[in-house]
Amino acid sequence: MTDTNKKVFTCIVCPRGCEVTANLDKEGNILSIEGNSCPRGETYVKNELLNPMRQLTSTVIIEGGIYDRLPVILSDVIPKGKMMDVMEALNGVKVKAPVKRGDVIVKNICGLNVDVVASRSM
Amino acid sequence: MYDIIIIGAGITGSFIAHDLSKKKCSVLVIDRDADVGNGATMANSAIVHAGYDPKPGTLKAKLNVRGNRMYPDICRELGVTYKNCSAFVVATDSEESEVLDRLAGQAADRNIEYKDLDGNAARDLEPNLSGAVIRALEFPTTGIIYPWNVAIALMEEAVINGTELRLNEEVTDIDCVSQSNSDAFYRVKTTAGSYEGRYVINAAGVYADKVYSMALKKESDFKITPRRGEYYVLDEMAKPVVSRVIYPVPGPNGKGVLVVPTIHNNVLLGPNSLPIEDKEANCNTSEALSYVKSAVSKTVENIPFDKVIRVFAGLRPSGDAGDFVIKESDELKGFVNVACIESPGLASAPAISEYVINEVMKEAFSFADKEEYIRRKPIVYMNELGDEAKNEMIKQNPAYGDIVCRCCQVSRGEIEDAINRPVGATTVKGVKKRVGPGLGRCQGGFCEPLVVDILAKELGKDKAEIRYDSPKSVILMEETKKGAL
Amino acid sequence: MNSRKIVIIGGGSAGIAAAIAAYNNGCDDILLLEKDAELGGILLQCIHNGFGLHRFGEELAGPAYAEKWKDMLKDLPVEVKTDTTVIHLDSDRNVTYVNPAEGYVTVKAGAVIMALGCRERSRGAIATPGYRPSGVWTAGTAQKYLNMQGYLVGKRVFILGSGDIGLIMARRMVLEGAKVLGVAEIMPYSNGLPRNMKQCLDDFDIPLYLSHTVTDIRGKDRLNGITISRVDESLNPIKGTEIDFDVDTLLLSVGLIPDTALLSEAGALLHPKTKGAKVDEHMMTSVPGIFACGNGLHVHDLVDFVSMEGEEAGAAAAKYVKGEFIPKKGYELMPGDGVSYVLPCVVSPDIMEDELEIKLRVKDNRRNVRLVLREGDKTIKEVRKLKTAPSEMEKVVVKKAELAAISGPMTLAVEDMG
Repeated sequence: MTDTNKKVFTCIVCPRGCEVTANLDKEGNILSIEGNSCPRGETYVKNELLNPMRQLTSTVIIEGGIYDRLPVILSDVIPKGKMMDVMEALNGVKVKAPVKRGDVIVKNICGLNVDVVASRSM
Repeated sequence: MYDIIIIGAGITGSFIAHDLSKKKCSVLVIDRDADVGNGATMANSAIVHAGYDPKPGTLKAKLNVRGNRMYPDICRELGVTYKNCSAFVVATDSEESEVLDRLAGQAADRNIEYKDLDGNAARDLEPNLSGAVIRALEFPTTGIIYPWNVAIALMEEAVINGTELRLNEEVTDIDCVSQSNSDAFYRVKTTAGSYEGRYVINAAGVYADKVYSMALKKESDFKITPRRGEYYVLDEMAKPVVSRVIYPVPGPNGKGVLVVPTIHNNVLLGPNSLPIEDKEANCNTSEALSYVKSAVSKTVENIPFDKVIRVFAGLRPSGDAGDFVIKESDELKGFVNVACIESPGLASAPAISEYVINEVMKEAFSFADKEEYIRRKPIVYMNELGDEAKNEMIKQNPAYGDIVCRCCQVSRGEIEDAINRPVGATTVKGVKKRVGPGLGRCQGGFCEPLVVDILAKELGKDKAEIRYDSPKSVILMEETKKGAL
Repeated sequence: MNSRKIVIIGGGSAGIAAAIAAYNNGCDDILLLEKDAELGGILLQCIHNGFGLHRFGEELAGPAYAEKWKDMLKDLPVEVKTDTTVIHLDSDRNVTYVNPAEGYVTVKAGAVIMALGCRERSRGAIATPGYRPSGVWTAGTAQKYLNMQGYLVGKRVFILGSGDIGLIMARRMVLEGAKVLGVAEIMPYSNGLPRNMKQCLDDFDIPLYLSHTVTDIRGKDRLNGITISRVDESLNPIKGTEIDFDVDTLLLSVGLIPDTALLSEAGALLHPKTKGAKVDEHMMTSVPGIFACGNGLHVHDLVDFVSMEGEEAGAAAAKYVKGEFIPKKGYELMPGDGVSYVLPCVVSPDIMEDELEIKLRVKDNRRNVRLVLREGDKTIKEVRKLKTAPSEMEKVVVKKAELAAISGPMTLAVEDMG
């Protein structure tokens, strides 16, 4: 037996999907990280251990657009546990066409210091 | 009070309603399904058999031969496609060849045209016929149709000429009300209402025995045990694997597993034939599908199974007597059973109607002919028009230039027409049956959302109210983002 | 009759990129035909992010990726017709299209680029037993309803197939309030990208049933339940392993098939494995002057590669109409051990560009391998790989000089590192 343990992660930062191993001591402190192909992989695994972050995409109601829904994305990742809160906050949000890609639809959603922005113009 | 209430809007009920709509009588048609031709009419081999096969002396033999001769004119008058594709019945050994001798004899007796070919001559005409085939009888008068299109067209013309149609209503009880024998009438109760008619025609398919029992207040004297048949559908191809219907020699379970071209160059493979008690069990099973696969390989080679786009199963209303049951009830005057209409029911349907009206109920149905009879306006199928006619259509209505279903190349104009016609489509399946979007290789993957959208617009409904078929066949469950839950 | 130098069929990621590349390679007469109301193709309903890392160095949502390409096309003299469906194509490159404004029109094209994308395998194609109620859709159809029309098709969902669209839809449905009870995959490994396994299934505790398939579908009107069963090595269901799920929705993510109806009509030879066209080093099909690219040629994992392939086809078509190369019968390139397919199928070293990107898919998951291109016993090129998977397209780049001495057919194989 050793005082370390390994945790294996599939990195989701990009479609490459590296398998990254974190070596931890018995308190869960990170000793080393290996298997990542870029520095973003290391950051991802650190976050995954401490505070997993996720991007979130969804839609909001749009009036006068070519479709009935406008796709939206967050300006930055949010804590994984807050995804459902954001979904709830988007419920009932309505915009009117025209909208330009990158337009802020909801500022600082759920106080997360992240904006909801339009994924496309419509 | 209606003169006649027809229970069942399948191919037989539709033919009878249509033919009665030419006469001065009032007719109500009731069906439990959301559309005309939704039961056995929707799921069968779609063949107008030549009529050589049924046992001599049966109604099946008489009506099939007559029906086959009636179809081409009727389809032309209705403006629906009838394709005279011809057929082979093939033998692979001497025992089977003896069966062909019997069929040839029956064909000769019934004045049905046929040719006797050896294996090689048959393969010259159908190159994918199995090398094991030693002899084939060709029956050139065999035809193919889309049975539901014929039923819908018939009902459409009936409704234009005054027939009433009630869909989504299931008959729950029938009472014979007879103050005196001479003016007896029937009260037909449904899930939505109650209707009175002097005559009842029971064309209720697999449920005809149950419907008769309702009126009789005891067990019906015929029993229907559905026979389930399962099929594969192959994708439309420039050169389908066969151009004629290919039958093995018939056996105790019927005509056997067939290879059938369709009007739009698809191919049907099937059916098996399995008696089942459950009148609702039109599901596919892996056992039957593998049986069909191996059975068709005995008559036809090079079947492209990688081109399968759909499987389906149908229930044939098979009676216990072996023949159609078409007669006025001995116990209930004015109650006519048109029951046990299994194969060759589709091929016989026009003759069944003629037999019911002109023979079985000759005196009772001797209503005068209407002075004026209005023909339906056929559906315009863009694929069937020449280039100039197509452009003329689009000039008149640009929706005919907006392709919705890219597999079958169906335009928005055709779909809107299917919805807005008499007996128009109210469901996704109804649109598919009338003009074809979703019948192709993507099976509605691309076009279903577009069809739902068009249905909602034309019917003035929300998209969530649009159904695939029955009122319970919900498509869209919930609109998103509509505010607090 | 109208004539155009290049007609591009399909205005999704492959078609837009092909149009831009054709223009940049000197073609000034380009017609781009799109069946929908706007350009962008299937990306418009792929609202998740992850697009554009290779092409733009950033991760974009599908609609944003499409918009960037549309912006690049906007100011170029390329004629775009939307709401326009191509009905016929023949081997002489006569293209018949229809739209509400013009009706049926036939144009003669100097070159045609097929960029029609793919369709999803349907329930019918996999012949699943059971009833045929409402409630069974391909994942992409449910995605269109959800992301473009704003409707959820169901509340209790099971997914057959671990393709990426299925995984993406599992997450989308959960986020929109549905419960996803599981994903069944008939193969013993997942077909989706590892990141989608993680962020779409693991994150939401959705179980994955490997070596399982759906063996029954219940419900006369709307789906009310399914059964899954474990499969043996020949992928046949094993009796006694059934698990029932009460669900109202079954989504299928069981494979994508290039749309080749028009190619078949024109007489192009199809590839038995990819189901798309067979192409040469210039992305040209067996019919001279008809080119193919994108998911309409073979199914890609990443849209970036679809766009790049569109660019290749666009550039090649532009050179073809200028007469800069005369197509010729080249040497066959065939899949060797461990490879399920390789594109192109034919290579003519003397007319190829300076570099050729060979695309391939391997048959199974392996580690520490090399991809080896050979002519007979002679090794032409070798590329080492840490891991390979059927779900990930691989590429081997060869230089014109490396193929200069070729005189016969070539194979590309996967081999273990000795």
